[in-house]
Amino acid sequence: MKAALGAVRRSFQPWADPAAKPFITFRGVTKRFGQFVAVDNQTLEIFEREFHALLGPSGCGKTTLLRMLAGFETPSEGDILLEDKPLAGVPPHRRPVNMMFQSYALFPHMSVEANVAFGLKQDKLPKSEIGDRVADVLKLVKMEAFARRKPDQLSGGQRQRVALARAIAKRPKVLLLDEPLGALDKKLREETQFELINLQETLGLTFVIVTHDQEEAMTMADRISVMDHGRIVQVASPAEIYERPKSRYVADFIGSVNIFEAEVDNVTPERIHLATTDGFDVACDADIAAAKGQTVWFAVRPEKVRISHAAPADAGINAVAGEVWDIAYFGDMTLFNVRLDSGRIVRASAMNAARIVEQPITWEDRVWLSWSADAGVVLLD
Amino acid sequence: MGERKTLGPRIATWIPYAWLIIFFLAPFLIVFKISLSEPTLAVPPYAPVFESLADIWVKIGALSFANYTWLAEDALYIKAYGSSLWIAFVSTILAFLIGYPIAYGMARAPRGLRPILLMMVILPFWTSFLIRVYAWIGILKPEGLLNQFLFFVGVIDQPLTIINTNIAVYIGIVYSYLPFMVLPLYASLERMDETLLEAAADLGSTPLKTFWQVTFPLSLPGVFAGALLVFIPAVGEFVIPDLLGGSETLMIGRTLWNEFFFNRDWPVASAVAIVLLALLVVPIVIFQNAQARMRETR
Ligand SMILES: Nc1ncnc2c1ncn2[C@@H]1O[C@H](COP(=O)(O)OP(=O)(O)OP(=O)(O)O)[C@@H](O)[C@H]1O
Ligand SMILES: [Mg+2]
Repeated sequence: MKAALGAVRRSFQPWADPAAKPFITFRGVTKRFGQFVAVDNQTLEIFEREFHALLGPSGCGKTTLLRMLAGFETPSEGDILLEDKPLAGVPPHRRPVNMMFQSYALFPHMSVEANVAFGLKQDKLPKSEIGDRVADVLKLVKMEAFARRKPDQLSGGQRQRVALARAIAKRPKVLLLDEPLGALDKKLREETQFELINLQETLGLTFVIVTHDQEEAMTMADRISVMDHGRIVQVASPAEIYERPKSRYVADFIGSVNIFEAEVDNVTPERIHLATTDGFDVACDADIAAAKGQTVWFAVRPEKVRISHAAPADAGINAVAGEVWDIAYFGDMTLFNVRLDSGRIVRASAMNAARIVEQPITWEDRVWLSWSADAGVVLLD
Repeated sequence: MGERKTLGPRIATWIPYAWLIIFFLAPFLIVFKISLSEPTLAVPPYAPVFESLADIWVKIGALSFANYTWLAEDALYIKAYGSSLWIAFVSTILAFLIGYPIAYGMARAPRGLRPILLMMVILPFWTSFLIRVYAWIGILKPEGLLNQFLFFVGVIDQPLTIINTNIAVYIGIVYSYLPFMVLPLYASLERMDETLLEAAADLGSTPLKTFWQVTFPLSLPGVFAGALLVFIPAVGEFVIPDLLGGSETLMIGRTLWNEFFFNRDWPVASAVAIVLLALLVVPIVIFQNAQARMRETR
């Protein structure tokens, strides 16, 4: 994956501060639909002004989590707290939370303008202020020219922008966005992502965004919760999720990765030594508690694997030989699929820094793959 | 117009027109023709307007609208029209007030229960309309079920006279036509996307406000359809006022019946029918306009 990790916008890390109070807390929340467990005893803390992304495959419970926060579903077990106050029993219309629905849920009988003004009208704001605020948000989503249209006279992307405008018009404390940008084209999506980040910083809102677009989560979020079958499997910053995934599932879900099954050979204070089932040895910077003889997994991302014709200096460790099986040229980089003697295909990518490569690696070449001790991670799960 | 169609679809689009021409336009023209003739004591009991084609131009200048002027001059007819429209109007309002909560409750009932509720609304149609109206006589008459019940409960000590009054007519019409109100309302309410209600709540609208701002406006097509389905047949209703109404109950359907079968004045009766039809075109046009406007705006 060539997605940027997202510019580090600010040093905003309240989750690292033990004294910081969470803004939203899910405490042991379970949601069952009949026998089916959609969210399974999950605890999650989201901080004020955080941009939090829920990332996961379809049906993993992202929308359900949002709907419980908005008040449309009641947790079967557990509590949801907003600023330390339990939300149980507070009806949706009294929660300072606005949601942008996955299906948009625009009112078909009202114009774009009236849709956006709806929430403000419920607050009984003066007419002139409603008019101003509506004009402002419509401008923000570039829909001012469509103010008089009805939702069914709009394209999918336009509807999505109206739904977004309607949700942000009230400037809620918490904005819940369920796949807000899915129907937009790439350019508009990037623009809107930028606007959303701007909006969040200027208004100081807390965002919880659902997406299954990992690139979107990576570029926008302060932290990402990766979900799987009703469980949050890892909560961390985008860089940490990418560089230090906690499990094979997370490593595999975000970006592309090579995973090898291995047995722990030896553990020293600095290093952990593994013998992979593919017949090569690995020495990895240890940051994990593993016992000798335990089965673990070694994961290394393609861009951290070097590819060369010549054997590396210390060929006995962190290196393996194979045959070039396939090459994909992307312009800025080239992706090699290398077949090990064990039969496993390993991916390695190389930046194309120079225009002419001196020793071009080509199909069926015998090559060496190698990586440094801090390139990969050891996964217990 | 320039678009070419194959024969199949073209025939298909003509079937409804053919139906309307044969079963609506042709009878209408016949009745209209009768309404322009003079009554005679013959079979059929009216003088033909045109005897032959050559005759048409002679007669057309001298066509007799006498039956219509007669209707306009006789206060009885005007009163009958007015009172029919009024009774139909009040019945429609009552049917709406009763039918809306029923339809709403059905549309919000658990999904599995809805077909059963729908069945219960349609169930009365399995019994003859006439029998059901007769049954109301049994309920409403002085020694009927209703009075007996009220006696038993102790609410009254004198039997209420309901039968043979306009109240009985209202009860009869509302009862008979309620399904026609409930069904279109139910259809429009059931079709409504529930996330719209969630969106409204999310934006701070209380359930009551949501009803008036979202649910009700979106059910308006159902309201119009239901209102028309009750109003139009109610205006021309004959059986209910005849069986349940009293001498005070003046309805055009009864007048029509009397003209046809007691006075045997077919031309006047036809004129009554034509005017009734013209009157009913007004609400239909209003309805169609409202619908067109709604479609335009959505
Ligand atoms: N009202 C409901 N009744 C029964 N099952 C439900 C209900 N709502 C959600 N589910 C189930 O709960 C699971 C999680 O649903 P949810 O809508 O939260 O998924 P999601 O992560 O948002 O997926 P997607 O990315 O497709 O939107 C799904 O398997 C879904 O079928
Ligand atoms: Mg979803």
